[in-house]
Amino acid sequence: MILRHFGQAGQEKLSQAKILVIGAGGLSCPALQYLAAAGIGKIGIVDDDIVALSNLHRQTLYNVNDIGSSKAERAADALRKMNPEIVTISYNERLTNQNALVILDEYDIIIDGTDNFSSRYMINDACVLLNKPFVYGAVSQFQGQLAIFNYKKTKSDKSVNYRDLFPGPLKENEVLNCAEAGVLGVLPGIIGTMQANETIKLITGIGTPLINRLLTYNALNNHVYELELNTRQETRSLIPEDENAFLQMDYDWLCGTGDVPYEIDFSLFNEMLTSGNIDVIDVRELNETPAINEFISLRIPFNQLHENMSLVKSDTIVMICQSGKKSLQAAKELKTIFGTSKEIFSLRGGIIQWKQQHAKELL
Amino acid sequence: MKINLIIFGQLCELLGENLVLEDVSDTDNLKTLLNQRFPGLVGAKYLIAVNKKVITGKTKLMDNSTVALLPPFSGG
Repeated sequence: MILRHFGQAGQEKLSQAKILVIGAGGLSCPALQYLAAAGIGKIGIVDDDIVALSNLHRQTLYNVNDIGSSKAERAADALRKMNPEIVTISYNERLTNQNALVILDEYDIIIDGTDNFSSRYMINDACVLLNKPFVYGAVSQFQGQLAIFNYKKTKSDKSVNYRDLFPGPLKENEVLNCAEAGVLGVLPGIIGTMQANETIKLITGIGTPLINRLLTYNALNNHVYELELNTRQETRSLIPEDENAFLQMDYDWLCGTGDVPYEIDFSLFNEMLTSGNIDVIDVRELNETPAINEFISLRIPFNQLHENMSLVKSDTIVMICQSGKKSLQAAKELKTIFGTSKEIFSLRGGIIQWKQQHAKELL
Repeated sequence: MKINLIIFGQLCELLGENLVLEDVSDTDNLKTLLNQRFPGLVGAKYLIAVNKKVITGKTKLMDNSTVALLPPFSGG
């Protein structure tokens, strides 16, 4: 409050502001912390994921006791403890095109802390439709990106949105995501904190927010590179025209994430076995042969999966069956239970094919 | 004439972080040259910025132009 250009008026604006943070992961944790500490009046958190051990190095609102609990709820709890004066609302659900417009409409500024393209395009399009500023952040290995999209001070201002950069859609396999490419734990901390900073600047009107500009930060050498962005003519035609068109969109399909469970082949499976720390689940019926003696596996027939989930301990699970079909179905099933908190795979070709290839290798 | 390339994100694994190219007339010409030299780049999605301004169509390059190539990031 004693800060120059900020004062009582700035603080007042913060306490009136309603901010939605989508995703409660590496970018969002620090953003949420600073927004709550700054006294933002109302903070919404959307995430359907649960806390996993592998999140803790970068998702700093959680501790080991939170593993297995809802991220949105744990995050909201942590913020309430930090600042009981603010309103925090947790949406323990996945943001989809069915609920996005209703949820986003309640807030003034949207912060994107998601980790996949289908969510990013969906949030972008929803923000354009609802005319909400969108504070974008993303990381890859040692570099982060930051920008404010869709912000207009006056109606006639031109505003750039994510589709002006990458008209899209981008398939996940065209770019490595965090889980595949890895990320330096502190990097989303830096970018997420910068997202909070840009948000506070937008609300209070201080400084020069990154409107229509894209900043890239390199954590290895501290190089910062800023680009001026421009609108593209074709962008508007890619964004759904109205609410109805938005509700008809299939962002997962557009971004190639529809077939979420990942099939692995013989050699990748063997590598995973050697590296350890995986649970192999055999979803065949108890009387199905051949038996598996070559590696440790857990037999849970497909129709008993749900009630036996407590037996699954590792963060990486490989589903296996006779031919690879039922296991793929089982992997999809498990994805709905664990979300992204566990890596779930299915062995292509099943145990029959694995045994054949294994026998060949022994020759 | 020469142009300086600054490369970001995963594209660094293919091209390195910096690259100097000679005799490139425009951005279309640049893309063709890069695709020939780095076949792994064909089909990759990235933004092109000339002197810190993102461009969309074919843009003429001058001596000492700085061209940045930025792939999309999705991690969080």
